[in-house]
Amino acid sequence: MADDEVHRRDVLKGLGVTGAVARMVATASPVQEAAAQTAAQPHAHEHPQPAPRAGQSADGYRFFTPAEAAIVVALVDTLIPKDEVGPGGVEAGVPIFIDRELAGAYGRGARMYLDGPFRQGTPQQGYQLPLPFADLYRIGIADLTAWCAKTHGGKTFDQLSAADRITALKTIEAGQAEFAQIPARTFFGVLLQNTMEGYFADPMYGGNRNSAVWKMIGFPGAIGMYVDVIEEYRNKHYEVEPKSIQDLS
Amino acid sequence: MATQLKSADIVIVGLGWTGGILAKELAETGLSIVVLERGGPRDTNPDFMYPTIHDELRYAQRHELMQNVSRETLTFRNNASETALPMRQLGSFLPGEGVGGAGVHWNGVTWRWLPWDHEPLKQTLSRYGKAVIPPDMQLQDWGVAYDELEPYYDKFEYLCGVSGKAGNLRGESIDGGNVFEGPRQRDYPNPPMLQTHAGALFEKAAKSLGYHPFPGPSANMSQAYINPDGVAFGACHYCGYCERFGCEANAKASAHFTVIPLAAGKSNVEIRTNARVMKVNLDTKKTRAESVTYIDAGGREFEQPAGLVVLSAYALGNVHLMLLSGIGKPYNPTSGDGVVGRNYAYQIGSGATVFFDEKTWINPFMGAGALAVNIDDFNTGSFDHAREGFIGGGGISTPSSGGRPIGFHPVPPGTPAWGVEWKRAVVRHYNHTLTVINQGSVMSYRQNYLDLDPAYRDRYGRPLLRMTFDYHANEQKQANFLADICVKIGQEMGAERVARRGSPERYSIVPYQSTHNTGGAAMGADPTTSALNRYCQTWDVSNVFVTGACAFPQNAGKNPTGPIGALAYWTADAIKRYLKNPAPLVPA
Repeated sequence: MADDEVHRRDVLKGLGVTGAVARMVATASPVQEAAAQTAAQPHAHEHPQPAPRAGQSADGYRFFTPAEAAIVVALVDTLIPKDEVGPGGVEAGVPIFIDRELAGAYGRGARMYLDGPFRQGTPQQGYQLPLPFADLYRIGIADLTAWCAKTHGGKTFDQLSAADRITALKTIEAGQAEFAQIPARTFFGVLLQNTMEGYFADPMYGGNRNSAVWKMIGFPGAIGMYVDVIEEYRNKHYEVEPKSIQDLS
Repeated sequence: MATQLKSADIVIVGLGWTGGILAKELAETGLSIVVLERGGPRDTNPDFMYPTIHDELRYAQRHELMQNVSRETLTFRNNASETALPMRQLGSFLPGEGVGGAGVHWNGVTWRWLPWDHEPLKQTLSRYGKAVIPPDMQLQDWGVAYDELEPYYDKFEYLCGVSGKAGNLRGESIDGGNVFEGPRQRDYPNPPMLQTHAGALFEKAAKSLGYHPFPGPSANMSQAYINPDGVAFGACHYCGYCERFGCEANAKASAHFTVIPLAAGKSNVEIRTNARVMKVNLDTKKTRAESVTYIDAGGREFEQPAGLVVLSAYALGNVHLMLLSGIGKPYNPTSGDGVVGRNYAYQIGSGATVFFDEKTWINPFMGAGALAVNIDDFNTGSFDHAREGFIGGGGISTPSSGGRPIGFHPVPPGTPAWGVEWKRAVVRHYNHTLTVINQGSVMSYRQNYLDLDPAYRDRYGRPLLRMTFDYHANEQKQANFLADICVKIGQEMGAERVARRGSPERYSIVPYQSTHNTGGAAMGADPTTSALNRYCQTWDVSNVFVTGACAFPQNAGKNPTGPIGALAYWTADAIKRYLKNPAPLVPA
C-alpha cells in the first residue's frame, strides 16, 4: 500500500498536481474527501476520523488537537477548580475561550512586534520569545508533556492526580521546572493570564458561561447605567442579574 | 518614488487633542491646512456604541483603540549597559492610534499642574538652595510660568466641561476645593461629580488626619453641558467603562467630537486618515522644514510640501519623528550635549490596597474614569519635601474608575494566584476593597533619554525609538514616603487590612502604570538644554512647532492632559504671531 501511495504521488507530481488538489484527484468519494480534510492528513483512508468524545462541546476546538485540549482542560481545572463557591474554569468555558483566542488574531500575534534579532532580556523588558501566543501554547504544551513524562513516569499532565497537578503547577510557577524549548514560567504566565481573561470576560468569547462568574462576584456586567443608583447604594449591596453584551443587544 | 502633492500652508502631524486644537484654532487664519493622522477615522457612532463598547476583553486587554506595535514600537532598557529590546506588546503605557488619539481612551482627569511644576528649578533654588539637587538630576523650568498659562488652562477646562470645585479663586482659598492649586480666575464649568462610598471613606479619613481632600477635576460630565464652541456633551452614566474605552454618551471630553469636527467643517482644512508620516524633510542647512513624507493605507508614498509643520503625535512619536528627520541635535548622555531625546521622564507609583469587612459595600463597578477624591498635601509644591530627603511629591487619591473584573479582582497579599483559595478570596474581597494610590512625580536625569535604536526597525524600515530609563533614589524615597501616607489613610478608614505597595526597585515596561510619558523635546529658555523655546517652536528649525507632553522638562504628580491642552492653546496663539512674521519667536 505504501508503495502504491508513493507511486501515485509521484505520478500526480509529474502532472503538476500536489497538496489539496492531489487529494481531490486521489480520493474516490466526497465522503472520503471530507474525512481527509478533517483529519488534516493526506491519506484519508489510512486515518479515519476520530470518534466524537463523550462530553465534548458541540462547538468543538478550532486550534487545539484533542490531546492538547485534554491537557488544557486539566490545566484550567487546576487553576480554577469547581467548588461550592462558584463555577470552575472548565465549566465556565475557559478552554474554549483560550482555543478561540489562539485561533484568531490574538493567537497569531496581530498586535505583537515579532521581528528579530531575538535574545533573552531582563524581566523588565518583557516577553522576548519569537513566538506568537498560538505557537507558544503548541510548544509549551509539548514541553509540559515531555516534562511530565520525565517527572511522573511517562504520564501526561491530564493523567496526573489532582494533587500531583497542583504540585506540578506550583513547581512551574516557582521557576523550578526546566522545559526543553521555552521558559516554563513564561508559558505559565500567559496561560494564567488567558485563564483569568476567559473566566471574567463577556460570555460571548466562550468563557464565563451564562455570566456565572459575574454572578459569583456580584459584577453586573455590561449594563453600566448607575447615575441614578450610585448615591442610593453607597455602602449597600447592589444586587442585580448581570447582563452580557448579547443580553443587551 | 513619492508622489508630489500641492503645497499646504500648514501641515499638522497627528490628530489627537493637540492636533485637533491646533487645526481648529489655526483654521481661523484662512490658511490651507492638511492634517495627517496615522490611524483611521473614528466617531462615537458607530465606533463607541453601547453595549458593544462595554467589552473589557476587546478594549482594555486587547487594546483595540491603541497603537498596534506590530507596525511601530520602541526598544527599552533600564540603562546604557544593557541591550535595548523591543516592546513586543503594549504594557506600561498605551498610546492611541486613529482620530482623537489617546484622548479617546483617556480617563478624563484634567489637572492644572501646580505652579511649582512649571518652575521647579527656580522654586527649589529659592526655597532650599542648589545643594539639595542630586548631581545627575536635570531640573529645568518650562520657560513659561503658571500665571501666564492660566487663561489657557481655563480655555481647555471649558472646552472639556471639567467637573470640579475651585480651591483657589483669585487667591482666595476655598474649603473643599484643592487649596494647593494655583490661583484661578473662575471656577470649573461644571459642579463636582457624584461621590461613591470609596470616595466618602477617603474624604472622611483624609479630613480626620488633617489633610485637605477635594473632588478630582474630571472631564466626565456631572451634568449635560454645551461648551463655548457650541458642542453638546451628555451627562455621565457612571458606567465604569472609561479608561481604554470610547464614551458612548459623549460624556467624556474627547477631540473626536469637539475640536476635530469643527476644524473638519472648514473649507481650508483637509484631514487625511491612514496617512502615516515617515519623516519631515528639511532643507540642506537643516534650518527649515520643506515637506513631510507619508504613506497611505495602500502603501503609496506621498510628499506633502508645507510652509509650517506642527508635530502633534504622541509624546514619544514626536521625539521619534524629530530624531528621524534631524530636527535639533540628538542628546548624547556621555557628553551631555544635544537636546532631542533629553529629559525623558515617566511617573512612579505606590500606594495601598484597603480590604474591608463584608458589611462594607464598595460597588467598584459604579464609577467614571476621572471620579476620585484626592489630596495634594504631599504633592510637589505643597510641602517641605526636601526635609523628607527628596525633590518632588505626588497626588494621593482613591479613584472610582470602574472595577472591571479582568483587571480588578484584588486579593490580600499571601493569597495564591490561582486555585480554590484564590477563588474564595476573589469572591470575598471583590465588593469590599478599594485602593489609595500615589501618582508620584519623576524628575529628569542625565541617564534617562530617548534616541534611535541601532538594531531594530519598524515595518516601514525606520529605526525604532530607543528608551533608556530607570528610577533614581530621589523618586524611590518619595514613593515610599507617600506609600506610608496612603497606608495611614487606609487604616484611618477603619479597614480590616491594609496592604502597602512601596516603590518599585526598577522601572519595568511590562505592567500598565500610566500613559504619562514626558520629555524628549523639552521646552525652555536655554537652547543648550531644551529642544523647544517657550512657545514650543524648535530652536533649530523655526517653521516646526511641537505639541504635547514631550515638551515637559520633567514629570509631575498629576496627569498630563490639562497642561497638554493649555500648551496647545498657548502654542496656537504663538503660531498666529509667527505667521505674521515667520522667524524664531525667541532669539537663540
